[in-house]
Amino acid sequence: MKRRLSIKRRVYSGALTGFMYLAVGIAVAALIGIIGFVLYRGLGHITWEFLTTARSALRNTVGILPNILYTLYIIFTTLLIALPLGIGAAIYLNEYAAKRRLVRFIEFVIELLAGIPSIIFGLIGVLFFIQAMGMRRPSLLVGALTLSILVLPTIVRTTQEALKTVPAAYREGAFALGATKWYMIRTIILPASADGIVGGTILAVGRMVGESAALLFTAGMGYALVTNYFEALQTAGGTLTVMLFVYITEHGDFDTAFAIASVLLIIVLLLNIGVKLVKRRLKKI
Amino acid sequence: MNIIRTKDLSLFYGSFQALRDINLNIPEREITALIGPSGCGKSTFLRTLNRMNDLIPGVKITGQITCHGEDIYAHGTDPIALRKQVGMVFQKPNPFPMSIFDNIAYGPKLHESLSKPDMADLVERSLRGAALWDEVKDRLKKSALSLSGGQQQRLCIARALSVSPDVLLMDEPTSALDPASTMKIEELMGRLKQNYTVVIVTHNMQQAARISDRTAFFLTGDLVETGRTDEVFSMPRDKRTEDYITGRFG
Repeated sequence: MKRRLSIKRRVYSGALTGFMYLAVGIAVAALIGIIGFVLYRGLGHITWEFLTTARSALRNTVGILPNILYTLYIIFTTLLIALPLGIGAAIYLNEYAAKRRLVRFIEFVIELLAGIPSIIFGLIGVLFFIQAMGMRRPSLLVGALTLSILVLPTIVRTTQEALKTVPAAYREGAFALGATKWYMIRTIILPASADGIVGGTILAVGRMVGESAALLFTAGMGYALVTNYFEALQTAGGTLTVMLFVYITEHGDFDTAFAIASVLLIIVLLLNIGVKLVKRRLKKI
Repeated sequence: MNIIRTKDLSLFYGSFQALRDINLNIPEREITALIGPSGCGKSTFLRTLNRMNDLIPGVKITGQITCHGEDIYAHGTDPIALRKQVGMVFQKPNPFPMSIFDNIAYGPKLHESLSKPDMADLVERSLRGAALWDEVKDRLKKSALSLSGGQQQRLCIARALSVSPDVLLMDEPTSALDPASTMKIEELMGRLKQNYTVVIVTHNMQQAARISDRTAFFLTGDLVETGRTDEVFSMPRDKRTEDYITGRFG
């Protein structure tokens, strides 16, 4: 009786272990397969001209310089809007808000916001910023405003988590010396949680780089080269992911799409390395 | 001269009464030790003296505390000015995650703007005051977190001294330290009382007997007995004090 149970268990345990190896194997293989396939199809089409010129119908050449610029502009503008709002909200929720029930309600709403499909943000961007606020047509600014709402939950949550890691003893120490609350937050809490906030910010940038649904109808699909930042804000311009979509659906140009995908993968890789470096540097003291 | 007096001081956490009608005078330039078993209210009492309990929601205080004759809970009393006058050192050393120099300069920067040489001077004086200068003078720019536990605690004492308080509150300042560091801090306290009034919470009765001039014994929110330390330890008036200091409970 005992012996049979033991064999049964051993078989069961062996099967589970095997299943876990299989699951990990499939996940890793899928990841490496996708990355490898994209780079294999895309890297060969990345040329100097591709990275440094705009698309030209006359010369029939393809270039993504405007779209790289638009992507950077949108990231910069979104951070400009969302960082103060997100960090401010997190500081309020963690350090100031006295009513626990209100805080929990707001946190719940933020969680909900984080779970909404991004195409809905795009829809809201069109309805609210373009129609209701009278901006009339898609532009990088409308795209950045829409993305700001999209990444706000990420920034608020990660900042809150970072603030929570600051030991209560630091706060007490500062208060005991006669610091005001805001002074204490500015000089102790924010520096001590900077690595977490930067980490969350880069995570948010990652989301922006990968976003397309929310930008398709808010930022537009333009590809004219506009280098002036303020002019570009009022121009409709496609980010890299949006252009990837456009090249496939409108031109059937898979080579360019894979080249853009490779550029995106490289950007994401660099971002991840950036997070690690920044965190290590900020942890020094 | 009593620098701090409390009159019928009671404190409530919500509906729980943590302190009951405490009447205690704290004389100037002496060390007053607060002793008693865990949960007796001694730390809570200490924290009422610089209004650190203000930070805890749901705390209600009745009665009166005066410092230099002024009611510290009166309407219009600035807790920030009070905390400059009444400094505090905590149980676990809590240096800020910045350089040794910046730790000391943090407090003064709050209250006045000093020139660079003046600030350097003040940092040196504070560190000398806490008997730490000789050990750290060559690495003021190094992180305060690189110091040993005992050094960190003396840094915290120096940080408290930097805003030139009259009173120094110490909440079990040596309970997280090894015996050698503890001895250094006890020596330091002996010197500090020449210029400062020290109120120390301690779990260690030998420590209270060694260093303090006066002792106050707390039990479940009541101040049972207070007097000169030698008297409290050699002939306690209350049976409960005797039981506690002879180790019958606690």
